[in-house]
Amino acid sequence: MRVYLDNNATTMLDPEAFELMKPYYCEKYGNPNSLHQFGSESHPALRKAMDQLYAGINAGDEDDIVVTSCATESNNWVLKSVYNDYILHGDKNHIVTSEVEHPAVGATCKFLESLGVKVTYLPVNTDGVINVEDLKNAITDQTALVSIMWANNETGMIFPVEEIGAICKERGVLFHTDAVQAVGKIPVDVKKANVDFLSFSAHKFHGPKGIGGLYIRNGQALTPLFHGGEHMGGRRSGTLDVPGIIGMGKAMELAVAALDFEKNNVRRLRDKLEDALLQIPETFVVGTKEQRVPNTILISVKGIEGEAMLWDLNQNGIGASTGSACASEALESNPVMEAIGAEADLAHTALRLSLSRFTTEAEIDYAIGVIYKAVERLRAISSTYAYAPEWHVSKL
Amino acid sequence: MAKESLIGGSIWEEYSQKVQDLMNHPRNMGELTEDDAKNMGGKLIIADFGAESCGDAVRLYWVVDEKTEVIKAAKFKSFGCGTAIASSDTMAELCIGKTVSEAVKITNIDVERAMRDTPDVPAVPPQKMHCSVMAYDVIKAAAASFKGVDAASFEDDIIVCECARVSLGTIKEVIKINNLTTVEQITNYTKAGAFCKSCIKPGGHEAREYYLVDILRDTRAEMEHDRLLAMSNVKVEGTHTVNFDDLTVVKKFQEIEKVIDENIRPMLVMDGGNLEILDIKESDGMSDVYIRYLGACSGCASSSTGTLFAIEAVLQEKLSKNIRILPV
Repeated sequence: MRVYLDNNATTMLDPEAFELMKPYYCEKYGNPNSLHQFGSESHPALRKAMDQLYAGINAGDEDDIVVTSCATESNNWVLKSVYNDYILHGDKNHIVTSEVEHPAVGATCKFLESLGVKVTYLPVNTDGVINVEDLKNAITDQTALVSIMWANNETGMIFPVEEIGAICKERGVLFHTDAVQAVGKIPVDVKKANVDFLSFSAHKFHGPKGIGGLYIRNGQALTPLFHGGEHMGGRRSGTLDVPGIIGMGKAMELAVAALDFEKNNVRRLRDKLEDALLQIPETFVVGTKEQRVPNTILISVKGIEGEAMLWDLNQNGIGASTGSACASEALESNPVMEAIGAEADLAHTALRLSLSRFTTEAEIDYAIGVIYKAVERLRAISSTYAYAPEWHVSKL
Repeated sequence: MAKESLIGGSIWEEYSQKVQDLMNHPRNMGELTEDDAKNMGGKLIIADFGAESCGDAVRLYWVVDEKTEVIKAAKFKSFGCGTAIASSDTMAELCIGKTVSEAVKITNIDVERAMRDTPDVPAVPPQKMHCSVMAYDVIKAAAASFKGVDAASFEDDIIVCECARVSLGTIKEVIKINNLTTVEQITNYTKAGAFCKSCIKPGGHEAREYYLVDILRDTRAEMEHDRLLAMSNVKVEGTHTVNFDDLTVVKKFQEIEKVIDENIRPMLVMDGGNLEILDIKESDGMSDVYIRYLGACSGCASSSTGTLFAIEAVLQEKLSKNIRILPV
């Protein structure tokens, strides 16, 4: 059996969305900016897709949803252009973000720091969420932007975006949220959250890869990242990915229609898996079930290094992930585990399991069995679990 | 390499078949007990290396014949990724039948080579080399425990890069002989820093005592110092009958100006630069000499590091240890 439990990394394209995309590769392949019928014949489907995107996050007609290549581009665009517009050519010099942002935000902030921008990285509590009081204290007259994610990619924890949005509105500071892990999993409403900018990515909600979007509130100025044409109303140059936009629109519509299914059925399977794994001694999951998106579990299994666990799961056809040490090029421990202040011993033991609306009960039952066996095998090998004599004292 | 690196591959694809098999079925995993040791007529040795918080920890068990010092049995336990398990297993296998003195000569490179499928293809990708280093370190810890000595006594030289086993002496020599100016060059010449990269600069996978960036900077400063001293070609000892520290500030100014004129200015001028002495201040027995760089020297990266250290060293050698140079 092959079981995909890495849906926070990417998802399967919904076959229904795929069907809609097909004609736009070999039949209706014209450039939508051309004057002739080859170009214009894609317009009805593109308009429909844009309607689906706007409806999906409750954007108003006065707002822009600019199609980008991915959320990484959207995040880079907001941060770098806010830098350009408000810091380099303005009187601000400060950005507030969190310690647990995706690298598309975190690494971009580091880059801006190298250009002289002051960045505040808000700490998170043991559940992996920021304290809004810290945010209030961090905002100054110099603050140009607050960039805080809607839901965390590792833990699935949902951030208090509505409160954050209200604070930013009151203080007159722009608010950007990376909603990549929220869109399609929980209701996302740009009006309620008072966001100025919101990034999303199609392949996280069963849309195609290589396409995403940036919501920009009501005519908010933002210097383009890509210059060179009149596409997307001049906000983002580059020939439109017609099938990609159509697929993303349909995927958004399907995902939003399935939010109840996500909340009930996906959540039930996620909880079943989580409850079963928590039967294993010396395990813990970050954050409460209610505060998380319905599909995600970040679990620490004491005594088992993350990559060793992934290896055993993969041997049995299960795909999962870990931000920990050996699995990544950089050989660092899971940064989110570190940020939440987990004991250093546990930072290398994180395992992330993420479901989707296509995950079946049989798959979850199979996964539980495989993980139990892997834990048994790897804890028997482990020098730091259970079998370790009491006198074990590390020399380092 | 460029084309290869554009689409990130899975590091798992770079594991040899042997590594993969050992990850699934380690041969020497387990424990040895006092009873095992008694039955085999040997002494039980247990050694630990690493820590869970570093992402790798390994424990090695030996039963050693106390007369012949032959390792009769070896087993391991490991908290770590699959390659740590495979490396530890191979390390234990290599220990069996060797004397303790022979075992400490097993290096991480031996462990890695033993896991290769074919002699010229590495068993693990570069960033996994440190797993075999763990295996090497735990042997030293076990041997130290058996012999009742410190593990460091098995090391003749300071090893800067554990993965490639490159010593401090080698790195300094290579920098000097080849006039190396970048860390990349050191890596190309010695392989130091090519694997887990911890030794390049602080903040890598493991904290190290020596980092290539520091070694390069210090060695370059030493080279600059030597170069200036060689150029100056003046007797260091006995040129002054009066102690510099006892001179008036005006006299000090003249003495320093003289040394700079004779020994330092010619060098700076050759590179299109110069310097001037702005002021000398005395405090706590020290003479603080404030200088300003001119021409090409101002803004030169070395003016606050190598060149500065060299100027200070020359003045200290020729006049007094109590001189400090402060560029303004």
